[in-house]
Amino acid sequence: MVDISNFYPSLYSKKVMEHIRRPRNMGEIKNPDGVATVGNPQCGDIMRLFLKIEKKKGRDYIKNIKFQTLGCGAAIATSSMITLMVKGKPLSDVEKITKKAVADALGGLPPVKMHCSVLAADALKKAIEDYRKRQR
Amino acid sequence: MRKARPEQSRRVYLDNAATTPVDPEVFKAMEPYFRGKFGNASEPHSWGQEARKAIDQAREQIAKALGAKPKEIIFTSCATESINLAHKGLAEAILRQWQKEKRGEIPHLITSSVEHKAVLESCKHLEKQGYKVTYLPVDKHGLVNAKDAKKAIRPETVLVSIMYVNNEVGTIQPIKEIGKLIKKINKPRITNHLSPIYFHTDATQAIQYLGCNVDRLGVDLLSLTGHKIYAPKGIGALYVRKGTPLVRQQDGGGQEYRLRAGTENVPYIVALGKAIELTTKNKEQTTKRVKMLRNRLIEGVLKIPEVELTGHPTKTAPHIASFVVDGAEGEAMLLLLSDKDIAASSGSACTSGLLKPSHVLTAMGYKPQEAHGSLRFSLGKDNTQEEIDYVIKVLPGVIKRLRGMAPKL
Repeated sequence: MVDISNFYPSLYSKKVMEHIRRPRNMGEIKNPDGVATVGNPQCGDIMRLFLKIEKKKGRDYIKNIKFQTLGCGAAIATSSMITLMVKGKPLSDVEKITKKAVADALGGLPPVKMHCSVLAADALKKAIEDYRKRQR
Repeated sequence: MRKARPEQSRRVYLDNAATTPVDPEVFKAMEPYFRGKFGNASEPHSWGQEARKAIDQAREQIAKALGAKPKEIIFTSCATESINLAHKGLAEAILRQWQKEKRGEIPHLITSSVEHKAVLESCKHLEKQGYKVTYLPVDKHGLVNAKDAKKAIRPETVLVSIMYVNNEVGTIQPIKEIGKLIKKINKPRITNHLSPIYFHTDATQAIQYLGCNVDRLGVDLLSLTGHKIYAPKGIGALYVRKGTPLVRQQDGGGQEYRLRAGTENVPYIVALGKAIELTTKNKEQTTKRVKMLRNRLIEGVLKIPEVELTGHPTKTAPHIASFVVDGAEGEAMLLLLSDKDIAASSGSACTSGLLKPSHVLTAMGYKPQEAHGSLRFSLGKDNTQEEIDYVIKVLPGVIKRLRGMAPKL
């Protein structure tokens, strides 16, 4: 059933396991400024990101970010990692975060798990879009 | 006598359907054949002959366990190889026969949609070569209906291949029933000099716990492997009823009655023989005990809300307990359980190399979202009640933690 044969050299890096065991910023934000739920139709993983935005010197910053994920180890790890990467940063910077950046920050992901980092990057993008939409 | 497990060295292995450790008695039986009795069994000198003797003995042990003749047992590297040989070897043999007789039809095979990949991929391979294959559906318990098998049989059907016990959910297929109906259909075929239908079963998960007498089952071919029954990985066997046409798939020397070339892996063959002997000897008590522990595990796990047991309520092997858990994903559960020193398995898409949920759960009607939370425990002869109780204690926390992480939908 667990068909890891030729797809993983070894399953997950130490860093990935660390994030699976101790995920950062897991939870909900009661009145988020932006929120998005994305799902991967292939594997069934679902990710929800909540954003709290603050304005400093005319720029938007991610004041707080929380995630909720229903998914495999890589899904949990990428959600956790992306929140770490963007918390406290200006929106203009974090909008450009790629799936590769998330995977690299985790020390790499097995090729078959790269789609999980896509999910994380996608969730962030959509949450920011949601925030922007609410501003109009 | 089972020793109480010390708290510190608590590692609970509940993935026995995937593989098992080599039994100490089996390991002991193998040892002499690596360095002392290392001869090539095909050689006439005493080194060769003592190797030959060991192989013959193992062959007899397996034949005895199956109610077959030693000449009907072929050693292979694993059940996957046995399955490949059975399907491709038979299909090719029949096709050759028909081509000789100038029969224009294309041979047809019947199998089920819940077979192990070895069967399914062998059949897909044959389909690409032009053979026709019917994949029988299963009900929500994963059970094949013998009536469907009967309906699917055509004049050109040459092989029916149904697994004895499903490795993912434990469902026991109606092998005897199908064997009987094939025998009935074959009677007029044989009198009219037409090809009989041959019957193969993948008995990998059945050997340990169920009766595998080939005459009682009515099978012509039976595949089994060592590493599920406390022999090492790398050895299997194929039972081939006398008179069953088979074209060798691995060519070379004349080993295994010219059906499987390659210098015999003597220590591993000895291991398989010993493992089968031990399995047969202890079958009754082991089955009883494993069943009881499995039922205890199921009772405990089902106390967790939104957890469903999959498979058949009664026609189920004693060692497999497979669930679908709502709100938690399979691989994540396995990783957290592994951190608690518990080994289990899953059929979720995330655990498959191809991101597809278990084909078995899918065939049984489970939606991808349901298969997402698939969790399988498979017991073995060495599991204890303490271990089961430990899992029952740990699992609710693991599931709760993952459910707490999930978005409310």
